[in-house]
Amino acid sequence: MKPASRAFKTNARKALANEPLQRALGGIKHGFVANRAKARAALPEFDRLRDEARAVKEHTLAHLDLYLEEYEAKVIEAGGQVHWAPSADDARETILKICRNAGARTVTKGKSMVGEEIAINAHLEAAGIKAVETDLGEYLIQIRGEPPSHIIAPAIHLTMDQVEADFRNIHKDLPPERILDEPGQLVAEARAVLRDGFLAADVGITGANLLIAETGSSVIVTNEGNGDLTQCLPRVHIVIASIEKAVPTLEDANTILRVLARSATGQECSTYTTYSTGPKRPGDPDGPEEFHVVLLDNGRTEMLGGEFHDMLRCIRCGACMNHCPVYGAVGGHAYGWVYPGPMGAVLTPSLIGIDEAGHLPNASTFCGRCEAVCPMRIPLPKLMRHWRMREYEEGNTPAGYKLGLKLWAFAARRPKLYHALTGLGAPLLARFGKRRGRFRSLPLAGGWTRHRDLPAPQGKTFQQLWRAREKTP
Amino acid sequence: MNGAQKRQSVLEGIRAALGAGGADETRKKTVRKRLKSPRANLVPERARKGRAARLELFTGMLEGQGAKVSHASGLGDVPEIVAAYLRGNNLSAEFRTGSDEMLAAIPWDKTPSLTRHRGRGQAGDGVTMSRASTAAAETGTLFLTSGEDNPTTLNFLPDTHMIVIRAGDILGSYEDAWNALRKTFGARALPRTVNLISGPSRTADINQTIVMGAHGPRRLHVIVVG
Repeated sequence: MKPASRAFKTNARKALANEPLQRALGGIKHGFVANRAKARAALPEFDRLRDEARAVKEHTLAHLDLYLEEYEAKVIEAGGQVHWAPSADDARETILKICRNAGARTVTKGKSMVGEEIAINAHLEAAGIKAVETDLGEYLIQIRGEPPSHIIAPAIHLTMDQVEADFRNIHKDLPPERILDEPGQLVAEARAVLRDGFLAADVGITGANLLIAETGSSVIVTNEGNGDLTQCLPRVHIVIASIEKAVPTLEDANTILRVLARSATGQECSTYTTYSTGPKRPGDPDGPEEFHVVLLDNGRTEMLGGEFHDMLRCIRCGACMNHCPVYGAVGGHAYGWVYPGPMGAVLTPSLIGIDEAGHLPNASTFCGRCEAVCPMRIPLPKLMRHWRMREYEEGNTPAGYKLGLKLWAFAARRPKLYHALTGLGAPLLARFGKRRGRFRSLPLAGGWTRHRDLPAPQGKTFQQLWRAREKTP
Repeated sequence: MNGAQKRQSVLEGIRAALGAGGADETRKKTVRKRLKSPRANLVPERARKGRAARLELFTGMLEGQGAKVSHASGLGDVPEIVAAYLRGNNLSAEFRTGSDEMLAAIPWDKTPSLTRHRGRGQAGDGVTMSRASTAAAETGTLFLTSGEDNPTTLNFLPDTHMIVIRAGDILGSYEDAWNALRKTFGARALPRTVNLISGPSRTADINQTIVMGAHGPRRLHVIVVG
């Protein structure tokens, strides 16, 4: 998809005024956030598991070439094929070729963020192959022609009324008088409609949460079971995975799985975790006849060992966005591409360039909640800061912003001057704001006061108060 | 670039980024060792319980995830439990299984109301039954392995899925369960598909409200034997 990240500011403004979106986003706190806290409390070892999961990934990344070779050898041994894709283009071409060789007319898809990254649906559709998303959330956004707004809950921005309207609009052959006012009725309708899709598909495409070098298995994690119907019914199964999904052993996969679902939805574990190793074997009454893995690089090797290396540990749980005040206010679409929230603010510029995505690392208050909840302990604020510095160095920062930063830096490097200025400012503002105790508007601070009042200072600066406190015995 | 060149380009990119030469023996040795003798990382305390506590944890976890768990003292009790469950949920008394030996050894003819079909899952299947190879009590997770005995399609196509497992096959941790499968399938080898199942199919994609039966089974009935 064409990135709209340049328009982040406009997108965000629109999102803040979008009433249904705000209603939908309001549910995150009581859902994902509360559930993660509960799951963490129920497993005393949780934080130590995070350290171990981090160590597993770091070890893997330090030996990534070797583990990928081992993984590849095991897939081939099991009768599967591995295709290496340096770029998104390579991956798209490879997948299209496999589909064409299979004479595919319809393809079902399990949820895959890498699939979104390479925009595989549009590519297949352009070649006359119908691609049907089967994860319910992905299906909801596919019929609307929208990108996902969350990496694990792609349709989290939609309210039930919107889904009902879409279903009435799309499922035209169903009786118009049917009742669709509960989530259960909508789910049942989608189940019935998509079941035909599963049975008709020639090729099934899934992503992978993990690639296990020990056994040559790819792992998918779902709650719906759609990924399994996608891969066990059609004649051909294609796994599309980025190279950093590798882990050494089944034990290492266990460690990551123990933190994944708990961080994502707050479940003890997802309903279905599926390990796939090659195609149908002699005697198997079901399963695909062909098994392909497409290994995507698309900029990852450039991150390896560099400033943004830590981001390669990401397991796409979505905890960072669930806990992000900026994401919670504007939702995922404002970010303008595939990966939203703090992880997107770091990853998107790596994948599509800082000139496209320069706003995203700035869309953070650096409150640090993302890093605090990240199961892989990725220092997201630090990585966003790296991007801000790079953007500044490349001269993409607007002139007014630069001037402001320079003035602030000038004062901040001279503590005496800084204290003199703040010492002047604080009592002045305190005098003007005395009556109300807050400002409704203030020159140069319109960006703040347009949305909320600014509390008036009480007359002394923090430093002055601190010194006074130090003096009191 | 052809396929081999693409492969080479990705691998060389990784090696260049890591500052590693292809012939680096220390790295290769580290990798070989880790794969040859996989070592457990931290295993949660709750996965290291005795038999009784383990069964209780297994049952509690599965029920918490929306499954129904029944206990049979022997294979002979299974048909009555199945018949009662199907009746209680107003379901047809027909179901399908693969060629699993343990399921075949159940005295189905004792309960003539039940009809057992055989084979892989079919589009119209209402009820199916599989046998789990092993399970991990830590999250109430059943391990099902693909093959003629327990075809994968039986796990996902029906409205109601029943899974039978011997109490002795219920272990504590994921590590225990994988080691059990390694004993059956050998080192560095797995069957085509291993399904870890921890409840009925669900989704929360509409209204962030949990609904059972998204694409897979709406109901999961686990029968523990022994």
